[in-house]
Amino acid sequence: MEKKIALELKNITKTFGSVIANKDISLQVRKGEILSVLGENGSGKTTLMNMVSGIYYPDSGRIFVDGNEVVIASPKDAFECKIGMIHQHFKLVDVFSAAENIVLGLEDEKGFDMASYIDKIKEITEAYGFELDPYKKIYEMSVSEKQTVEIIKVLFRGADILILDEPTAVLTPQETVKLFKVLRNMRDSGKAIIIITHKLHEVLSLSDNVAVLRKGEYIGTVKTSETNEAELTEMMVGKKISLNIDRSEPQNVADRLVVENIDCVSREGIKLLDNVSFTARSGEILGIAGIAGSGQRELLEAIAGLQKLDEGKILYNNPKTGSQEDLRDKTPLEIRQLGVRLAFVPEDRLGMGLVGNMDIVDNMMLRSYRKGKSLFLQKKNPKSLAEEIIERLEVVTPSAYTPVRRLSGGNVQKVLVGREIASAPTVLMAAYPVRGLDINSSYTIYNLLNEQKQKGVAVIFVGEDLDVLIELCDRILVIGAGRVTGIVDGRNTTKEEIGILMTKSASDEMGGEQ
Amino acid sequence: MIATIIQRAVMQGTPLLFGSTGEILTEKSGHLNLGIPGIMYVGAISGVAGAFLYEHSGAAFNPFLAVLIPLLCSLVGSVLMGLVYCFLTVTLRANQNVTGLALTTFGIGIGNFFGGSLIKLVDSDVPSIALSKTSNCFKTQLPFADNLGWFGDIFLSYGFLVYVAITVALIASHILNKTRMGLHLRAVGENPETADAAGINVTKYKYLATCIGSAIAGLGGLYYVMDYANGVWSNNGFGDRGWLSIALVIFSVWRPSLSILGSVLFGFLYVIPTYIPDISVSAKKLFEMLPYVVTIIVLIITSMRNKKEHQPPQALGLPYFREER
Amino acid sequence: MKKINNFCWSALFKVKSHIIKRDELIWWKAWGIRVIAVFLALIVCGIVTVSLTDLNPVEMYITMIEGAIGTSRLAWNLFQNTAILLCVALAVTPAFKMKFWNIGGEGQILIGGFTTAICMIFLGGVIPDGLLIPIMFLASIISGAIWGLIPAIFKTRFNSNETLFTLMMNYVAVQIVAYYTLEWSVPKGSGTPRPLEFGQLPVLFGQKYLINILIVAVITVIVYIYLKYSKQGYEISVVGESEKTARYIGINVGKVVLRTMAISGALCGVAGFLLVAGTDHSLKSDTSGGRGFTAIMVSWLAKFDPIFMILTSLLIVFLQKGASKISEVYRLNSSFSDIITGIIIFFIIGCEFFINYKIKFNKKEANV
Repeated sequence: MEKKIALELKNITKTFGSVIANKDISLQVRKGEILSVLGENGSGKTTLMNMVSGIYYPDSGRIFVDGNEVVIASPKDAFECKIGMIHQHFKLVDVFSAAENIVLGLEDEKGFDMASYIDKIKEITEAYGFELDPYKKIYEMSVSEKQTVEIIKVLFRGADILILDEPTAVLTPQETVKLFKVLRNMRDSGKAIIIITHKLHEVLSLSDNVAVLRKGEYIGTVKTSETNEAELTEMMVGKKISLNIDRSEPQNVADRLVVENIDCVSREGIKLLDNVSFTARSGEILGIAGIAGSGQRELLEAIAGLQKLDEGKILYNNPKTGSQEDLRDKTPLEIRQLGVRLAFVPEDRLGMGLVGNMDIVDNMMLRSYRKGKSLFLQKKNPKSLAEEIIERLEVVTPSAYTPVRRLSGGNVQKVLVGREIASAPTVLMAAYPVRGLDINSSYTIYNLLNEQKQKGVAVIFVGEDLDVLIELCDRILVIGAGRVTGIVDGRNTTKEEIGILMTKSASDEMGGEQ
Repeated sequence: MIATIIQRAVMQGTPLLFGSTGEILTEKSGHLNLGIPGIMYVGAISGVAGAFLYEHSGAAFNPFLAVLIPLLCSLVGSVLMGLVYCFLTVTLRANQNVTGLALTTFGIGIGNFFGGSLIKLVDSDVPSIALSKTSNCFKTQLPFADNLGWFGDIFLSYGFLVYVAITVALIASHILNKTRMGLHLRAVGENPETADAAGINVTKYKYLATCIGSAIAGLGGLYYVMDYANGVWSNNGFGDRGWLSIALVIFSVWRPSLSILGSVLFGFLYVIPTYIPDISVSAKKLFEMLPYVVTIIVLIITSMRNKKEHQPPQALGLPYFREER
Repeated sequence: MKKINNFCWSALFKVKSHIIKRDELIWWKAWGIRVIAVFLALIVCGIVTVSLTDLNPVEMYITMIEGAIGTSRLAWNLFQNTAILLCVALAVTPAFKMKFWNIGGEGQILIGGFTTAICMIFLGGVIPDGLLIPIMFLASIISGAIWGLIPAIFKTRFNSNETLFTLMMNYVAVQIVAYYTLEWSVPKGSGTPRPLEFGQLPVLFGQKYLINILIVAVITVIVYIYLKYSKQGYEISVVGESEKTARYIGINVGKVVLRTMAISGALCGVAGFLLVAGTDHSLKSDTSGGRGFTAIMVSWLAKFDPIFMILTSLLIVFLQKGASKISEVYRLNSSFSDIITGIIIFFIIGCEFFINYKIKFNKKEANV
């Protein structure tokens, strides 16, 4: 017997400026069914769901709830259609109890009766098998408990259609098992559930149907029972596209940075890095592939001296002295003082790598201002460096004295990369250096990285576009849920191979579930 | 004698209690209003002006009006100050600290200016502002207070504003902890973004809490002149009680019910030296330092223990503009 | 133009106007808006004054100017007061640039003045003035720095709220000074502050206040250079802009906070030294006269630029002196100047909104 359609999207399109985030997407979910929306980062999954929950408004297309066409222009409209979305970033007040957060913002004619609210919360938790103490304060909670609060908040408001954005990204395997249990309970009681994910094993173990998106386009919907990992991976990553990025043969290869068995545990007790080991070699580009948030940031920050580790070593072989230093738990300044010439292009360009309100010249000094014994800043070299970068990398700016926040994304990145390579580094780490950049700027960055490689720098490139990784990198390390799931040769690998390694991650633990 | 000490401590503490209750409500909305001292001066002088004009209007003296008119004037004056603060910090997005300090300069200026010039401005021929008739109305005690010995002295011997102060603090405490409005207000001060996402009108709550808080704080000024100072205005007579009120907010870890006790304790520290035999005038000054020292110690201890419930509201002093996320 | 109202597209249908952040306004336009604001404020002040007195507005401003610079004695007085206020404003600026809200200038000034007075009382006459004055200077610097460091230590160790902490520290200082003022007064306990005869700053070229002004001029140049050209000043800017960036390039944020607060307190201490040794030659608990607070506004209005601070402090002092002349002539209370100051500041801080944002009115067409 066919179940009733709860939510249907028809031909939804959404653009941001010139970027098409969603193109002509249609999908449906039925009552008592779990639909996975599968896709890589940037495939438009979250944008699509934000239109259902009232955060964005589609440019064109129609939305039907229970067969009736609706207009969802605000989160409130979504609530009225009984749609509730649980975002990746929880919106909770720390010092409030779970119950207080759940009822926050409700307007209720009956008056404010905490006891009856708590009764209702308990009904919900019992009905679906949640574990939650309504009196517990948010700041005492684990991420999984906070997520529970968010889900109950939505159910409390009477949602029949639930959308969860990457719900397992922050959970331990055990917590994931629990979450899936309550999701199944909710499905069995007739709720329609959509989970946004990029983890194949979750899709296979949990959902009834899978809708796949790729680069903003709708690829298709398949029944979970009639598909397998390989088919889904191919749908998700697509056919290989040739980019014609130059790649020279590595020369004078030597082990520069040896990472041995490092562990990093978050405050909530989740392993952000789990026994990670690899070697970055000079004259080589080492790519790091993985779903966003799998530990890439922690890994780079640990090497840069910004992240404390719980286990392991980060050994640096100094090419000048031949000595070996352990960089673990050293401050960035201490690392510099050891003579380690480390350049780091962080993901957060304006919040970390550069100071938005300072001009290009002053931003040049971030790395070099300490030089010399003088008490005063020496602005001549930074100024000529700024001018050199502007000229050589074709930075579009009114002058070297323009605050960098007023430059476009690509120009900001050129300034940042330019500064980092100016210090003649021996190790260069770049996190998503081409994110948000246009084609020309992206190629400028690829060329710069290649140039550094030819100069004998050990380059570490964290990327999200598999085509780029495969054409640019000599070796690709794949990371999943904080663990190294494989290291492949960039010249002899395929997108499918990397895709499977990326999503493999915790599937060992999840084996019993499938 | 103990009864007298407690009595005087309560009287000293009452302006502080008004001030801190008002400031707690304000701070719960995320506004660190450093204009409170100025607002208390304005609350006082508005009441004084109202009473002065009424007493010299030639109309038959009606005790009910004599209380009502200054009370309303005081509330209007302080709410206007609160509105200035909100308009600048919320609508025009000005810095809270700078606005608050300017408001204090302005408010104390208004207080002292009109306090010193009121007589000249209305061409009256009285030598100084002494509103004894009005003051007597404000000081009216409960009729049976005198017959109950120490009990009457400690609990029943005050003008009505003392009971108002305690009631307001208890009501504020109830609203903050037990009502939907209080929950929403606290959410605004803790995490305005979350509150906004939950559909709470952040601007409305900020305006309301700040203006009501100002009105309450202004009553502290009114109590001081009309009751404590017997209706006699003296410039700077109110002293640094405004800052002491802010100290009391910290001391009572943002809880109006605790600040009732805190205000009596602060008042006690204030009056105790007069009861110590052979104490020098100068040593009195060191006693006056104690409330601040105690407050600093409380501030240090709460930040060391880092218990979330005892911290200032998380968004205290920070601006919130929805678009700038 | 960056459109920032992207919260909710539905807002476009409902809200009639929304606020847009401007790109950097060209400097003369920004200053134009500020000048207009001051002008409007002066009109409002004029209306207030005229309604309280029966001066006509022109006469009023003439009276103000006379009150501020009418005689050379008044003019020197004006410059002297500007210098002291400027000194305090310079003192709080490094902390503010770091986004550390030091509103404890009042206490730091008093403590600086207090230690100066201690030296003058107990070493005065014992050692020659030539030696005494440097000791006083040093003492004021050290004590001010300590007073500033205490809240900073707790901020860096336990994240204690610095605004509240520095505020409380003010009144601790006030009461300490009040105590000693009474202890030292002659006769003891009378409250008349003891005149401090030894260690007074020298009179240069027959002008009592010239040395104060010169010292502050030197400090202005030093602070300007420190903030703009020194490595430490650069670190302050980076920490103030983004602690994350500061950590990324290896700045020890806690160390910078402590160092900067020590400097901030020390400069406030110097202001106390100038007030006690160079101006009043006595110490009272109201010696600082609210400058610790006024200076915050001066610094803020000048956008933390030491050169503009000369102008803003001059503006504030000018208004205060002019307004007190009006109140003197019309036998009004001297607090009149505080009202005028308050109004001016309201207008100037309010006008920043129009420099940073513009209001865009949407046409009401529903484009669904």
